[in-house]
Amino acid sequence: MTVIDAAEPEALTTTQKPIKIAVRRSRADNVYRRVAWVAAFSTFVILVLIGVFLYLRARPAFDYMGYWGFLHTQVWNVSGSHPSFGVGSALVGTIVLAIISLIIAVPVSIACALFINEYAPSKLFGFFPLKGLLTSMVDLMAAIPSVIYGLWGFFVLQTSMKGLSRWLSDHLSFIPGFKVTTPTYTSSFFIAGTLVGIMIMPIITALCREVFSLTPLGEREGALAMGASRARVVKDVVFPFSKGGMVGAIMLGLGRALGEAIAVSIIISLTFGYPNHVLQPGGSSIPALIATKFGSGGALGAAGLLAAGLVLFFLTLIVNLIAANIVSRQEKKRQ
Amino acid sequence: MTTSDLSEESRLVATSSSGTNQSGSANPMGMEAGELVAEGVCAWFSGRLVLADVDLHMERQRVTALIGPSGCGKSTFLRILNRMHETINGAELAGSVELNGEDIYSPTQRATTVRRHIGMVFQRPNPFPAMTIEQNVLSGLRFNRIKTSNKNDVVEEALTKAGLWTEVRDRLSNLGGALSGGQQQRLCIARALAVRPSVLLMDEPCSALDPASTLRIEQTISEIREEVTVVIVTHNMQQANRVSDTCAFFLSENGKPGHIVEVGPTTKMFSDPDDPRTLDYVNGRFG
Amino acid sequence: MTTTSNTPSEAEATIGDPVVAPTPNDDRRRRIVKTRDFKPTDAALLIVTMLSAYSIVWIIFDQLTLLSGEFGFVVCTLGIFLALYWFVNLQIYGRHMAVDRLLGGLVTFGALCMMLPLVLLVYYVFAKGLPLLSFSRFTQTQAGVGPLSPISKGGFLHAIVGTLQQVVLAAIMGIPIAVLTAIFLNEIGGRIASSVRTVVTAMSGTPAILAGVFIYSIWVLTFHGYSGFAASLALAILLLPTVTRGTEEVLRIVHNDLREASAALGAPDWRTVWSVVLPTARSGLVTSILLGIAVSIGETAPLIMTVFGSQVMNLNPFKGPQAALPLVVYQEIKLPQKSAVALGYTCALVLFILVFAIFIIARILGSAWLQGVLRSRKGGAKGGSNAAIEEDLMSVALAPAMSMGLPRDDRSLNPDWGGEE
Repeated sequence: MTVIDAAEPEALTTTQKPIKIAVRRSRADNVYRRVAWVAAFSTFVILVLIGVFLYLRARPAFDYMGYWGFLHTQVWNVSGSHPSFGVGSALVGTIVLAIISLIIAVPVSIACALFINEYAPSKLFGFFPLKGLLTSMVDLMAAIPSVIYGLWGFFVLQTSMKGLSRWLSDHLSFIPGFKVTTPTYTSSFFIAGTLVGIMIMPIITALCREVFSLTPLGEREGALAMGASRARVVKDVVFPFSKGGMVGAIMLGLGRALGEAIAVSIIISLTFGYPNHVLQPGGSSIPALIATKFGSGGALGAAGLLAAGLVLFFLTLIVNLIAANIVSRQEKKRQ
Repeated sequence: MTTSDLSEESRLVATSSSGTNQSGSANPMGMEAGELVAEGVCAWFSGRLVLADVDLHMERQRVTALIGPSGCGKSTFLRILNRMHETINGAELAGSVELNGEDIYSPTQRATTVRRHIGMVFQRPNPFPAMTIEQNVLSGLRFNRIKTSNKNDVVEEALTKAGLWTEVRDRLSNLGGALSGGQQQRLCIARALAVRPSVLLMDEPCSALDPASTLRIEQTISEIREEVTVVIVTHNMQQANRVSDTCAFFLSENGKPGHIVEVGPTTKMFSDPDDPRTLDYVNGRFG
Repeated sequence: MTTTSNTPSEAEATIGDPVVAPTPNDDRRRRIVKTRDFKPTDAALLIVTMLSAYSIVWIIFDQLTLLSGEFGFVVCTLGIFLALYWFVNLQIYGRHMAVDRLLGGLVTFGALCMMLPLVLLVYYVFAKGLPLLSFSRFTQTQAGVGPLSPISKGGFLHAIVGTLQQVVLAAIMGIPIAVLTAIFLNEIGGRIASSVRTVVTAMSGTPAILAGVFIYSIWVLTFHGYSGFAASLALAILLLPTVTRGTEEVLRIVHNDLREASAALGAPDWRTVWSVVLPTARSGLVTSILLGIAVSIGETAPLIMTVFGSQVMNLNPFKGPQAALPLVVYQEIKLPQKSAVALGYTCALVLFILVFAIFIIARILGSAWLQGVLRSRKGGAKGGSNAAIEEDLMSVALAPAMSMGLPRDDRSLNPDWGGEE
């Protein structure tokens, strides 16, 4: 048998270069790869098409009002002798609505996610699967159609919140936006925002819970071994680890809140103008505008709605891309 | 022993539609044990050299064991022998590997054909959980579109060779995942044998198993050596001693690339090797 | 050979004596000691504190009438409870524990706040809809129902048919593309994969109404008319990201060992995917598809401008407006007529039950499959990641998934063979 002499330790490199491996695939394999590629590429195409077609059909509106004019104008008069319309108030209203919903949703969602993950016993009293049940309930909440939320919000939530709105306007009217000019408290930004907040809670909770559960066991055990209480572990281990994920979850909830059309249009009574009264009727958001004004206004009106849709498209796209970016950056940092 | 009709696709020759049939070798379609010759094999992972200039001749109808401490490239070398190395991102290789004189890395050669003739059994048993035991055994034939006249005979033969037939003969329709670890590994061996490879590569097949299963698998190796050349990577020196005819001792010192220190008959390697490092390793002084 | 005594309380065994494991009949077998952080005394403390806070606030509100209002009552009770709880725990346990208990209280309250709307909503939908539900609703349409019709007249058969047709068409169009995209992302990969993944994530945040607006501009305007098919196009766009992401998650869970085994047998890539990966992921696939369908059944916004709604039956999804369940709810409940509102309530109930049923089925299938995967993997993955998978599969498929970008513990399940051996 040949015995290969032990080479000197220093001479263990090779003069050879890597060979190029020719990949030969069967025809079926190539077909499969092509088909899968086409499917994946089509999602990309759809996204681009949305932007392109919205723009094409919206051109008449932009031509009429001008880009800045469209973004700026607050009213929505698409018929009559001097139409003038724009998303000025709708855009600001969308953002105000989203902010309100985040204020309501974020603390509750994070608290709930913490409860499910850190504090809830898997088996309450030894048999009741609390954790699993809560997780299922959160997922169920996310699956409930928005029209049912709208239904409940209109008949139940609105009546319940009237009292609170009155109290807020009576006692906290120094806060900008809380003053009311009419003593009606229904159909307001506040109520719509709360409803949308309730709708996005399960999304944020589910994702935050997932992020919390991915905290490495080693870090957790390290803190516990030093005598940390649960609160301490949360503050020093879970939160720092999950920062990126939480932000991503919140931004996703934000994206959803920006785009919610049905629930908002059921609650809010559509008016235009700068939203300086969140507790009284009136206000608009772009999705609600589109949903409500659809079908009226003729060709120019339709183009206007499409233009509004284009604005919304860019808004949500930016928010989602930022969210995706934050999360992936967090992941890279950890690795 | 029933003969299976092997389809055209299973020939380890260049069968591109341009039709150059280089059937110079006398090997009749892989029903006999094959001979593997590796020359100057090098391997890189993302630019880092992990194997340097490995030459090894794995004779037909023999069992060759690759021994050596962890991390010196034995498994990498093994995976180069059946073209699995290239499935990893960033993996590169150099050198040549020939099965019965045919270069398996020739540009006209399909990796899938190579793998059908050079089978592999992995460290962790991996039967297909969505298939029954019977379907698992026949899966290789299905993947390579090999038609057989009698499926039951093929299944029985493969399972018998792997030493599993008596245990599962009446539950062939159970799912493949519902077996114990040792049984699963024997199922994987049966699956690999069913396509009648020329060479069977085994990457530490018994490391996750209990002693009884280990023994049974070693018995299988001895029984199949006439039909299938076996190349086995093992950490267990006693196993190498029991089972192999030839041993190759791999080593990588201080993070340098792995290489073969010594190759020889097993009896010699374990009693009176030429290299002092080999002696140290087989006597358990390191590794 | 002498055997040492097998009780731990005896003197240490001398070296060399074989130690015998305790037999099951050993009386002195240790009982597992369960430590509990929250002892019964703490529970009593909690209840007492709650009652005290309630009493204090009751005194302030009702007896001394310093403040008033339902909502204020609740808020004050909560505030005083938390303050009292903190103070009491501070006295008994010290600051460290008090913070923990306070956080526990806050967090529990948060969870309750979240579950409360759900419970109220479900109760409301059933309470209002059930009394108005009758068999005739399932067999009639709104044809011939006018503003003066009695409450019991009218039904939503046309809406059921419409929703069925629209969702089925959407599924036929959307699911194959979604599954193939997931296969591309997970099995083939490549440079374009990460861009596609970003696009899918971006699409998942696209508002439903925009899908409707898009199809309106590209299809309805061009082909002059509303149709069920237009709605299907919009719904397909909406279910694409959900199903893609859920499927990709499911494919990732399939252990890489199986792909290697298949390749080592000589299988080409497509064969591996078709015969090994997909069958192994079968139940999980079905789960994510069902979830996508559940989502598209409930979407209302895109329907407004693609299918427009109708009072009569339209059996042709390719021509003419149709009704749909969520659309009926949206259009009827704000009308002044009692019969319209009644129809809206019953429709909402049916819609909810439908979505709920699909959700439950998907959940059951999901966990049954997971049992199978975990069983056949036999000690491959650590306990931590198994638990994570079980709980996350549903959330991932439902929530617009950032989880594709989130760090996944299951990287350990797909070991990169870039190792040294």
